[in-house]
Amino acid sequence: MSRFNKQRNILDFTLSSLLRRRTKNSALVIVYTLIVFSLASVLFFTQAIKKEACIVLQNSPEIIVQRIVAGRHDLLPADYIDTIRAITGVQSAKGRLWGYYFEPAAGANYTLMVSEEPGVEVGRIVIGQGVSRTIHANRADIVPFRRYDGSYTSFEVSDILSSESELVSSDLVLISESDFREMMGIRGEYVTDAAVYAKNKRELFMIADKIKRILPDTRPITKDEILRTYEAIFDWRGGILLVILSGAVIAFVILAWDKASGLSSDERREIGILKGIGWETSDVIAMKFWEGAVLSLSSFSLGIILAYIHVFFASSALFEPALKGWSVLYPEFRLVPHMDPLQIATLFFLTVVPYTVSTIVPSWRAATIDPDTVMRL
Amino acid sequence: MIELSDIRKVFNSGKPNEFVAIDGITLSVERDKVVVLKGPSGSGKTTLLSVIGCMTRPTSGRITLSGKEITSLPERFLTEIRRKSFGFVFQQFNLIKGITAMENVILPAYPTGEGFPDLKKRALSLLELFDLSARPITKVEWLSGGEAQRVSIARALVNDPSVIIADEPTAHLDTKLSKDFMEIIGKLKVRRKTIIIASHDPIVYESAAVDRVLEMRDGRILSRATRQ
Amino acid sequence: MIFHPAIMALLVGSLLVTLMLLYSSYYGVQVIRKWDIKSGSELQLCLERRTYLVSTIMSYMLFFQLASFYLFIFTADAIHATFVSAMCAAGSLNVNEYGYPAVIIKMVNFLFAGTWLIINYADNRAYDYPLIKKKYLLLLVITPLMVAEFIVQGAYFIGLKANVITSCCGSLFSTDAEGIASEIAALPRLPMKIAFYLSTALTLASGMYFCLRSDWSGYVFSFLSIATFVVSVAAMISFISLYFYELPTHHCPFCILQKDYGFIGYLLYIALLGGAVSGLGTGALMPFRKIQSLSQIVPSIQRRLAFMALILYFLFTVVVTYRMIFSDFILEGY
Repeated sequence: MSRFNKQRNILDFTLSSLLRRRTKNSALVIVYTLIVFSLASVLFFTQAIKKEACIVLQNSPEIIVQRIVAGRHDLLPADYIDTIRAITGVQSAKGRLWGYYFEPAAGANYTLMVSEEPGVEVGRIVIGQGVSRTIHANRADIVPFRRYDGSYTSFEVSDILSSESELVSSDLVLISESDFREMMGIRGEYVTDAAVYAKNKRELFMIADKIKRILPDTRPITKDEILRTYEAIFDWRGGILLVILSGAVIAFVILAWDKASGLSSDERREIGILKGIGWETSDVIAMKFWEGAVLSLSSFSLGIILAYIHVFFASSALFEPALKGWSVLYPEFRLVPHMDPLQIATLFFLTVVPYTVSTIVPSWRAATIDPDTVMRL
Repeated sequence: MIELSDIRKVFNSGKPNEFVAIDGITLSVERDKVVVLKGPSGSGKTTLLSVIGCMTRPTSGRITLSGKEITSLPERFLTEIRRKSFGFVFQQFNLIKGITAMENVILPAYPTGEGFPDLKKRALSLLELFDLSARPITKVEWLSGGEAQRVSIARALVNDPSVIIADEPTAHLDTKLSKDFMEIIGKLKVRRKTIIIASHDPIVYESAAVDRVLEMRDGRILSRATRQ
Repeated sequence: MIFHPAIMALLVGSLLVTLMLLYSSYYGVQVIRKWDIKSGSELQLCLERRTYLVSTIMSYMLFFQLASFYLFIFTADAIHATFVSAMCAAGSLNVNEYGYPAVIIKMVNFLFAGTWLIINYADNRAYDYPLIKKKYLLLLVITPLMVAEFIVQGAYFIGLKANVITSCCGSLFSTDAEGIASEIAALPRLPMKIAFYLSTALTLASGMYFCLRSDWSGYVFSFLSIATFVVSVAAMISFISLYFYELPTHHCPFCILQKDYGFIGYLLYIALLGGAVSGLGTGALMPFRKIQSLSQIVPSIQRRLAFMALILYFLFTVVVTYRMIFSDFILEGY
């Protein structure tokens, strides 16, 4: 009980002395919070996007088969699909038709896709929110397109995709099969690639293997591989950003160390008095510990809360210039809030730990001020 | 009660600015007596007070407190002894600015682990003893010189120590306050406290409350005069 | 190398702690050579002041070791998707030959750090620092271990390549694969249960005996508590985990740290680690009971430690037994 009381008393004094030196401490708290905020924003953003991508990927086909000619992606002959269907374990195989379309007037790249559900009527298109915003097209508007041979055609906008799906559908233009083939100049015996579904998930590897052997000019890609690649990319991106921010963290650590070492004569006097009237070195170390703990706790919590708001409610407004890059069709989206203990632990190790380590030696130096000095003040 | 045996204290030993503050002092302080160390600055009074008050370890020699040797005790034990047995009054009062009188008084007791309500009660009764009951929540910057001094004496008493050590307590006080201070010392002596004061102020060393005066110079004791 | 933020955090943390320990060891050498409690010289005062710094550093180290141990496992779990057929941390750790050694070294360092702090606590209570040189010698043992941990952990992370085919815990810990993990998983159930309950009972009994009599039985208790730690971990893999997962083939010791199982793994492992440290500490203090300045202090510290170990092992056994009795899963028959 007395040990608890002792810590409580020391904490009491620490709080009062922190408040007495408000200016100096607030400067540190502001910088500390900013550091936590930046790192946390990066972490939350990359993890949330990664999660979104993975969720979206759940619905993609288990195997996508592409044809490779001279190392590049080429059109897939439609009869390959029959061959694939015949492989044991394959539940269904369908051809997919999609491609890119560059609109020079807007400077934007659309993804054109033939969609079964929802089906699109001939002469009509369904466009994503990004497309709609860029070319100012609403329902019933007519949008011109240039065919592969230079001639022009136009389509009526029958619908606009919901803003909830913006992250994946922003630049999408859904079109009917006949219109697509006519515009892109792709004959009936070709498709862009094939989507393959298997009965038994465990056999995917073997099925992909078989496809590769039977149709050697194809490249089957399993959903698993895509997921892994996505994970690796997002982790890598998050990691790189953190490495870049490490410069800021190091500067912060140096600031903290400097502040902790540079005791003003006032602080030195105060600690001298405490030691003189009966505080032991370990009591002063405890006081310094509580000081660090209070500063860290407030900055850490504040930084995380602000980052949470920034990423999940303000759509990472501060990152927009970096993320947007050349893209004209930048989606407006709201990420699903996601925070897990691993992120918090990571942030803790990247911010609080370096801060604490940088203050250990200065705190100790302060704590070992000779009680004798109080006699000579 | 306190026995010093051939105490030496050397600063910066081995370096060019080596300085011998105390050079072989043997001394015995009896219970419930008031002892004054008299001497010019640089005579080693302050260092001697430090050594007696367990604030610093002597370079050589032995100290015993109530029969127990404390010379080579580790800091944490020394501090505990200091906290329990000694109370300090400093030349500059050395109160912590920005906090109240009462908080200053209970500060030495924080590490003992007593609960805050108990500490508060003790502090208030001490402040009352020194006519400061109107002042517990005043920040120390707003206290007058005399009040500040009484607060620092109250602080020295909060752990109920048996020895009070005062270093030049009247240096910043006028004649009246100095006389008041020696009156308080007299009262403390009646309450069975041992008191050691370092001072070159005649009001202090010529006061009736004083039992012994030790004259110091260059880290040594020149003469020991006993009253009555 | 995989640039996952958590990996960088672990490496940074480990580097900082290692540097702090090297710094402490440098001063530790000075203490071992020049310490003299009777002297009032400035060197001695300086050394005494330094011991506060080393104590502070070691306290922080213990805390970081525990936190980073969990973070390590958590991270291994989080990156499992990057490896073919890894389903949880068990698979990630198996990707190269440094994964499991890293776990073991981290655990060992945690136990050492805890023991050091216990010895330090006892030493500080005595009026003449009787254990100071032995304490710093121990520090000189811990420091290279910490450096080793940094290297092994670093080697593990640097050697991680995505797309490497590894095994999932199902095959690692399955009863018919090769390797020590499956040896443990394949241990016959009934003898394992007997071993587990027997070792726990013996530890509890010797602990209570020691609390009452406070004599050389402390050595027995300490030895038994370490043995119980090892047996309990083996038991986790062998049969306890099966009851939590309600599957006769899922032996993985890491999956119970996940949310799906209510994070119960944390409680269980903290209890085991805490019990091991307390038992180890009790044994470590045994040789010092005769030292005069410690003769009053050490027995009471040991009693408290033994009591703590008893409570933790008891807690572990209760939780595990509760699960075994009340789960819908019946192991017998598999």
